[in-house]
Amino acid sequence: MSITLAKRRVIPGFGLTMGFTLLYMGLVFLIPVGAFLLYTTTMSWETFWSAITQRQVVASYKLSFGGSLIAATINLVFGALVAWVLVRYRFPGRRVVDALVDLPFALPTAVAGIALVTLYASTGWVGQYLEIFGIRVAYTQLGVVVALTYIGLPFVVRTVQPVLEDLEAEWEEASASLGAGRLTTLRRVIFPALLPALLTGYALAFARALGEYGSVVFISGNLPFRTEITPLLIVSKAEQYDYHGAAAIGTVMLLAAFSMLLVINGLQWWAGRRHA
Amino acid sequence: MSTSLTATPPQDISSTRWRRATEEPAWIRLTLITLALTFVTLFLVLPLTVVLYGAFERGIGVWWAAVQDPDALSAIRLTLLIVAIVVPLNTVFGIAAAWAIAKFEFRGKPVLISLIDMPFAISPVVVGLIFVILFGSQGWLGPWLAAHDLRIIFAVPGIVIVIAFGTLPFIARELIPLMQQQGKEEEEASLTLGANGWKTFWYVTLPNIKWGLIYGVILCNARAMGEFGAVAVVSGRIRGETNTMPLHIEVLYNEYMFTAAFAVSSLLTGLALVTIIIKSMVEWQEERRQRIAAT
Repeated sequence: MSITLAKRRVIPGFGLTMGFTLLYMGLVFLIPVGAFLLYTTTMSWETFWSAITQRQVVASYKLSFGGSLIAATINLVFGALVAWVLVRYRFPGRRVVDALVDLPFALPTAVAGIALVTLYASTGWVGQYLEIFGIRVAYTQLGVVVALTYIGLPFVVRTVQPVLEDLEAEWEEASASLGAGRLTTLRRVIFPALLPALLTGYALAFARALGEYGSVVFISGNLPFRTEITPLLIVSKAEQYDYHGAAAIGTVMLLAAFSMLLVINGLQWWAGRRHA
Repeated sequence: MSTSLTATPPQDISSTRWRRATEEPAWIRLTLITLALTFVTLFLVLPLTVVLYGAFERGIGVWWAAVQDPDALSAIRLTLLIVAIVVPLNTVFGIAAAWAIAKFEFRGKPVLISLIDMPFAISPVVVGLIFVILFGSQGWLGPWLAAHDLRIIFAVPGIVIVIAFGTLPFIARELIPLMQQQGKEEEEASLTLGANGWKTFWYVTLPNIKWGLIYGVILCNARAMGEFGAVAVVSGRIRGETNTMPLHIEVLYNEYMFTAAFAVSSLLTGLALVTIIIKSMVEWQEERRQRIAAT
C-alpha cells in the first residue's frame, strides 16, 4: 500500500483507545491480581506451604487435575469426532447441532449444574438406566468428570472445525491417488494437519475445567477427600474467613492458569507457523 | 478398500455404486454421525431439555408464580442492574481495545492480546477471592473502607467488579480478529475525504463490525447474568439484597424447591438460547458475505 500513509498516521484515537484499554484493564484486573499476589508474598513460607499441602487440599488437587485431564481427553476424542461430522457430513439437524455446541459457553454454570445432577441422579432420566449397570454418577468422582466434560465441550470442536474446513481436498486426493487407504490418509495427512488445533483445544478444555465451579458443585456432592474440587475448597475457606488458606490455594490455581495460558499461547504460535 | 480411482474402467463406474476415494463408506459415516449425535444428546440436548421440562412440568401457572416470587424478582432486578453497568463498560473497553490493536502497530501487541484473554483463564472462584482479600472486612483495605462506611464485599459494588473482571474479554475477543481482518483502508479513505475520527467510526467502522459487536454484547450479557463462582464468593448471599439470579437458583435448589429453581433457570436458559441463535445468524451472515465476495 501507499508508503506515505504508513509513515504518517491518518487514523486518530490511538492515545485515547490505548489509554482507556490500559486504564480499564489495570483497574479491573491487573492491579487486583498484582495486589493479590503481593498479599500471598506477605505470608511466611511455612504458612503458605502447610496451607497448600493439607491432606484435604492435596486430595482436591488430585480430583481437580485428574478429573480435568480425563474430561479434556474425552473432549479431545469426541470433540474431534463432532467437528469432523459437522464439517464433512450433511445430515438433518446439522445446523442445530452446530449451534448447540456453544451452549456450555452461554448457559450459566449454576443452571448446567442443577440440570446435570437432575439428569444423572439415580432417579434421573439418564441416571436410572446407569443404575441398572451399577454405575453411579451423581455425588461421585465420575459426576465431576461428567460436569467437566460438559463445560469443556465447545473448545476442541471450535478449534478443530475451522482448520478442518480449510483443509484442502487436494492433499487427500493426492494421498488417495498415491494408493493410501482412508485410514492411512487420516493418520498421515489429516491428523498431522489437525494436531496443533487438537492440542490447543485440549489445553483450552483442560484450563477451563481446572477452574470450573458452578457446574460441578451440584453433581459432585462435595464429600471431603472424595468429591471436593479445589475451587470449592477456596470458597469454603473464604467463607470461614481463612484468607491465608484461601489465598495460598488460590495462588496455586492462579499459577496453574498462567502456565496453561503460556502453553496455549505457545500452541497457537506453533499452529500459526504451521498454517503459514 | 477402493483407493484407486484411475484403475477403475469407466463402464464399471456407471454400473456399480461407487464413491470418491476421499470419502468414507456409508456405514462408517453413519456410525460416526450416530456417535457424535449421541454425545451431543447426552451432554447438550438432555441438560437443556431437563431444565425446560422441570420449569414447566407443573404448568405455566406454577412457573409464573415462581418467577413472580419477591425474592426471585429482587434477584432479577439486581442482575439487570449489574448488567446495565457491566455490559456498557465492557463494550466501550472492547471497542477501544480492538481499535487500538487493529488500526495501529505497536510493540508488545501480542502481549496485550494475551493479557486481554487472561480473565478467561482465571477460575471465577479465584476472581472472587482476589476482591475479598482486597476489600473484605479482614482484607487489605477492609479497615479503611469500614472507617469510611463503604461496603464493597457482600454488596453490589463487589458483584459488579467481579462480573466486569470475568466478562472483560468477551466483546474484545469478538472485535479484535474482525477489525484486524477488515484492515484500515476504508477508515483511511473516509478520513482523507475529510470526515473526522468520530464520524469515521460511526459511519464506516461501526456498520462493518455491527454483527460481531451485537454477538459480543449478547454473549457478554449472558455471561454476566449467569456468572456464579465469583459472585458466590463476594455476594454473601443476602436474600433479597445481594442474591443474583444464579445464586437464587442455588438457594432454591438447596431448599428442594426444584420447580422454582428450574423456573428461574428457564429465564437464563432462554437467554442462552437467544445468544447461540444470534451467533449462528452472525455466522450465516458472514458465510453469505464471503460467498458474494467470492462470486
